[in-house]
Amino acid sequence: MNLHEYQSKILFREYGIAVPRGIPADSADGAVKAAEELGGKFWVVKAQAHTGGRGKAGGVKLARTFDEVREYADEMLGMALITYQTGPEGLPVNMIYVEEGSEIDRELYLSILVDREVSRISFIASAAGGMDIEKVAAETPEKIFSVAIAPDTGLQDYQVRQLAFGLGLEKKQIRQFGDLIKKLYQLYVDTDASLIEVNPLITNTAGDVIALDGKINVDASALFRQKEIAKLRDPSQEDEVEREAAEHDLNYVSLDGNIACMVNGAGLAMATMDLIKLHGGDPANFLDVGGGATAERVSAAFKLILSNGNVAAILVNIFGGIVRCDLIAEGIISAVKEVGVSVPVIVRLEGTNVTKGRDLLANSGLAIIAADDLTDAALKAVASAA
Amino acid sequence: MSILVNKDSKILCQGITGNQGSFHTEQCIYYGTKIVGGVTPGRGGSEHLGVPVYNTMQEAVQETGADVSMIYVPPSFAADAILEAADSGVALIVCITEGIPVNDMVKVKSSLRDNNCRLIGPNCPGIITPDECKIGIMPAFIHQKGRIGVVSRSGTLTYEAVYQTTTNGLGQSTCIGIGGDPVRGMNFIDCLELFQDDPDTDGIIMVGEIGGTDEEAAAEFIQSNVAKPVVAYIAGVTAPTGKRMGHAGAIIAGGKGTAEDKFKALDAAGVATVRSPAELGSKMLEVINS
Repeated sequence: MNLHEYQSKILFREYGIAVPRGIPADSADGAVKAAEELGGKFWVVKAQAHTGGRGKAGGVKLARTFDEVREYADEMLGMALITYQTGPEGLPVNMIYVEEGSEIDRELYLSILVDREVSRISFIASAAGGMDIEKVAAETPEKIFSVAIAPDTGLQDYQVRQLAFGLGLEKKQIRQFGDLIKKLYQLYVDTDASLIEVNPLITNTAGDVIALDGKINVDASALFRQKEIAKLRDPSQEDEVEREAAEHDLNYVSLDGNIACMVNGAGLAMATMDLIKLHGGDPANFLDVGGGATAERVSAAFKLILSNGNVAAILVNIFGGIVRCDLIAEGIISAVKEVGVSVPVIVRLEGTNVTKGRDLLANSGLAIIAADDLTDAALKAVASAA
Repeated sequence: MSILVNKDSKILCQGITGNQGSFHTEQCIYYGTKIVGGVTPGRGGSEHLGVPVYNTMQEAVQETGADVSMIYVPPSFAADAILEAADSGVALIVCITEGIPVNDMVKVKSSLRDNNCRLIGPNCPGIITPDECKIGIMPAFIHQKGRIGVVSRSGTLTYEAVYQTTTNGLGQSTCIGIGGDPVRGMNFIDCLELFQDDPDTDGIIMVGEIGGTDEEAAAEFIQSNVAKPVVAYIAGVTAPTGKRMGHAGAIIAGGKGTAEDKFKALDAAGVATVRSPAELGSKMLEVINS
């Protein structure tokens, strides 16, 4: 689950992490009022959307007058912010964050997440902060520093020094930085975060270290014990179809192709997409109905698939282990009858009670195309969609 | 022979009285797995599925001499259950539970460095040595005793590899689903090492996925340490890069972790890779007979 910048910064403040003063607003009037309240000579108007790369996409603007604050707020509120991370449809901006302007000296990069190679929570830092950090990582990886934290001893002072000297910080800044990252680590642990990113972390002209941006992702598996964090969820930032899928315990991601897939298990679902592509087709979605697929879930899955207007064929690939093929077949039959599927449906069933399942489909009177194996299924789907 | 588990393995089930634990333990018993008991706190002294239930792992291991634990407890209690199993002295822990918070697993993994036990999972189908011992949720009937070791990150895709080696007559020595979570117990290398040393394994099928760099590490390991033929497939060539918010994931992966990278690394290591998951079995038959 993702938090907005303004939500993240409220948490930063609670933990004593230095951030600029700022006020969220959902209207241009509110934005101007916020700027008046903050005072100062200039302000930064920031679109609140669950994406990185906002600056380049026109989602972060410097305003030197209240009129400019109003202008930018008007511009951003209601816009679809399109960045290289959002896809072409972008994300809606329903909230902006007005922040006091900072006199930036240096822009640094700092984040904390689990490094799966060492199975530890790790800090990553780079002196080359700002907007092109991914380019830095790809082209000059030596400019990226990281330290991995042992959970029983926690973040150590020598690790703080490693990062601080790597970032080229000075005496007073090293102390501030150490204080800041210790608090960040605590925040990460306390909130069951999966990522906290501060890009940029700045030193200002007064020499202070400040978190100018803040993003928090929280581990969805831990929300059962993060009741307060769970309330910060913003459904407007989530894909509607994917959200509906999640409500039915389905894992769905829509894609650009025209062959819809319905598969049990994430690995097999990806493999099915690969197979479609390998045989010259294009998958319309990723859809994992899970290990415990029921007839109801299969029916819900069909409805989801068909909500995508591009679909020209549906490929169902089920390897029944715990889930029985006859139950899946029943689900397919009732869904096809109920929803009224007008595109070819290709079904490959294997596993528990497979003969019973295949018989049910064959005798259903529906135009379901049976496939013998994985390759046959992919070939038939590609041919049907062409 | 086989790796990690065989007909003599004595297994306890943590969470034996729960829905999942109960159902799957029964399936394991039916397969012939030596289930010697279970643990459900507060239910000690009772009997379930014909085996004794204990309050704690310590007591259960003392009474039964079990050397393996199979875990089905809900995600919020699973980390504790793994640590309890490790502390009880079992040699192998198989955690089926899906949805354990990652930060819990970070602590567990760190703590396990002090123990001599191995962990499979979490979020995995388990491990099976056909005709001897099934620990997990895999459908038993697709397996057949044979000489191919299978190791995979994905559940149903493992079944695919297993089924193909059953239908073409190769069969399996042991199959391990190591699970798809970012922080987990055994990785590919641990399993490859054991399969290489197992006299009853003639070839190894490895099924990977996008994300992380375990497959790349495995490729490196295979090149210098595995003499047996390895067939590999990586799922996710067409997977979308995923909607993400920050840059950190991309930075830490350093541009690695795509299916293409993994295929490339495995090809370079002399592994027989297949671009179609439907060819895992036939490719293995081909390389083992050549």
